[in-house]
Amino acid sequence: MNKVYNNRAWFLILPMLLLVAFSAIIPLMTVVNYSVQDVFDAQTRFFTGTEWFETMLNDSALQAALLRQFAFSFTVLAIEVPLGIGIALLMPKRGWQASAMLILLTLPLLIPWNVVGSIWQLFTRGDIGLMGVGIRELGYAYNITRNPTDAWATIVLMDVWHWTPLIALLCYSGLRAIPDAYYQAARIDRASKWAVFRYIQLPKLTNVLVIGVLLRFMHSFMIYAEPFVLTGGGPGSSTTFLSQTLTTMAIGQRDLGPSAAFSLIYFLIILLVCWVFYTAIMNSQKDNTPQGGA
Amino acid sequence: MEWMVWTLPTAIFFSVIAAILLGMTAWELVSPTVERRGFLPIATTRGDRLFIGLLSAAYIHLVTVGFTELSIWFALGISVLWLLVLMRWG
Amino acid sequence: MTRSVPTTPDSVRQQAAEASAKRRKLARSATVRWRRRTLLGLYLVFVLLPIYWLLNLSLQSNSEILGTFSFWPQNLTLANYIGIFTDANWYMGYVNSLAYVLMNMLISILVALPAAYAFSRFKFIGDKHLFFWLLTNLMAPPAVFLLPYFQLYYSVGLFDTHVAVALAHCLFNIPLAVWILEGFMSSVPKEVDETAYIDGYTFPAFFVKIFIPMIRSGIGVTLFFLFMFSWVELLLSRTLTATNAQPIASIMTRTSTASGIDWGTLAAAGVLTIIPGVIVVYFVRNHIAKGFALGRT
Repeated sequence: MNKVYNNRAWFLILPMLLLVAFSAIIPLMTVVNYSVQDVFDAQTRFFTGTEWFETMLNDSALQAALLRQFAFSFTVLAIEVPLGIGIALLMPKRGWQASAMLILLTLPLLIPWNVVGSIWQLFTRGDIGLMGVGIRELGYAYNITRNPTDAWATIVLMDVWHWTPLIALLCYSGLRAIPDAYYQAARIDRASKWAVFRYIQLPKLTNVLVIGVLLRFMHSFMIYAEPFVLTGGGPGSSTTFLSQTLTTMAIGQRDLGPSAAFSLIYFLIILLVCWVFYTAIMNSQKDNTPQGGA
Repeated sequence: MEWMVWTLPTAIFFSVIAAILLGMTAWELVSPTVERRGFLPIATTRGDRLFIGLLSAAYIHLVTVGFTELSIWFALGISVLWLLVLMRWG
Repeated sequence: MTRSVPTTPDSVRQQAAEASAKRRKLARSATVRWRRRTLLGLYLVFVLLPIYWLLNLSLQSNSEILGTFSFWPQNLTLANYIGIFTDANWYMGYVNSLAYVLMNMLISILVALPAAYAFSRFKFIGDKHLFFWLLTNLMAPPAVFLLPYFQLYYSVGLFDTHVAVALAHCLFNIPLAVWILEGFMSSVPKEVDETAYIDGYTFPAFFVKIFIPMIRSGIGVTLFFLFMFSWVELLLSRTLTATNAQPIASIMTRTSTASGIDWGTLAAAGVLTIIPGVIVVYFVRNHIAKGFALGRT
């Protein structure tokens, strides 16, 4: 679409801008202010300069949490994206089965995040949980409070349970937008299933997958409530992710300065990853559609 | 405003950012930017280059503060230099 | 066209080959269909099993939960649910949650509609950067903003009110709404706007009377997403409230007491948090498929 150049559009943006700025910029400024001081209360505070940043960047617990965070985010993305595409391809195209599937698939997305943790806690406990008891019956001493591997696997499984539907629904709606004529043409050409997927379905999916991967990366990078309820970050600190480390520091110990410095580093990391991703996608789209899209 | 615990350095920092944004807007009104290709792998507008410059400046500062003994003024100098190079040839 | 009787040996062979290919294809599509159904069925079991287990536990008494392991409630009891519905502390949690979610949906959609229109129709100074800045707010981990939020809303006297949570959730919901709506609006051809202006509509009249009805399903889907992300959020809503506006999610932490965890009540409260979502999904079920593409396909 050819957009008109008109700076009066700013008036339409203004109400939204004021509200978001109130919620985003004022707190961000405060975080920056915290990060260079040792704050006890508004009157008692000392300027520390860059000390907190230095401490935080060299803190081995935080570095470990950061590595765990990346490992977790990439693991769940690597599982959820292919699985979600697969489910979208398998789903019935129309009829009551299609709407029933849609409703059931959306279910996990609408459950409050800490309730998701509770559901999986109830499901995997060794004494009252179906999965916990079931695995033990099979002869494996499954225990998420003792065994870090079990805890990790369970959290990944929980995240797959929770978020694969998002990818599946996005891809499903992408697939529904492909006109039947494309498939007919493919049938005439005797195209293999793989060729249909690679040259007809996947290109249509890129747009929605971009949204899906971006949302999934951002959310998995901020994951807090689910592992907190399920494992409490344990055993040891094997499932303590960045958000939890930060929340413990900020709320639990009230270390405003260090946690603010850490917040900023955290934010910069997400900003960089998402910017690179966003720019790469926008540029590849620009090459594909020379007449200019959205 | 008391609870925002302002300090002089952070106040200066945000004023500079605000001034840069205002300056960029004025510059844009006077002579609109043209998207072009410099040494960066993507075509960028003036605003894109500013954003890339500021983001990399943040990382330059973090690395300097966290992993070297160099003064933060050194990082600032490098960042400003890098920003100028980026704006001109990026 | 009618099928002619084959006259040459070549055409006989060709027809036989076609017929056998058709038979094979039919047979294969039957097995393919069954394989599809089995795989989908397995996935559905995986999705539903944890939820079934929650429901199962919510209908048992604590002594039964801890005493015997059974796949369905042996002594079906509604005591856990009755406990929640007769205790104001509990059911007010649901009321509070719904109150701030609805407020947030209203605020977000009202300011996002004009903004999304501006992004989809006009170029202006800083439009692309503004759009990316909006998206960065989706990326900001709530954990980063917890303390300043607490301070901010405390200092303006909104702490422990529904408005505070509704405003705080605007941080990620307004950008999301703008993002989704922009996609839907861009799929409406620009000629619609131009014709309306020629017909003498002013901008507000055009926007309310013509444009909004045209993107109705987009608005429905956006509201669904707004509901979803506000309803599931825990960190901000818990930090910004104490007693008057406490969301259900944070009240649920009360089930763990010194004498152990009240599993039955926890499960029942969990089941009740799923229900509003189910109702909302039911209303938008026909639009979900389209809406998840965010109008962009």
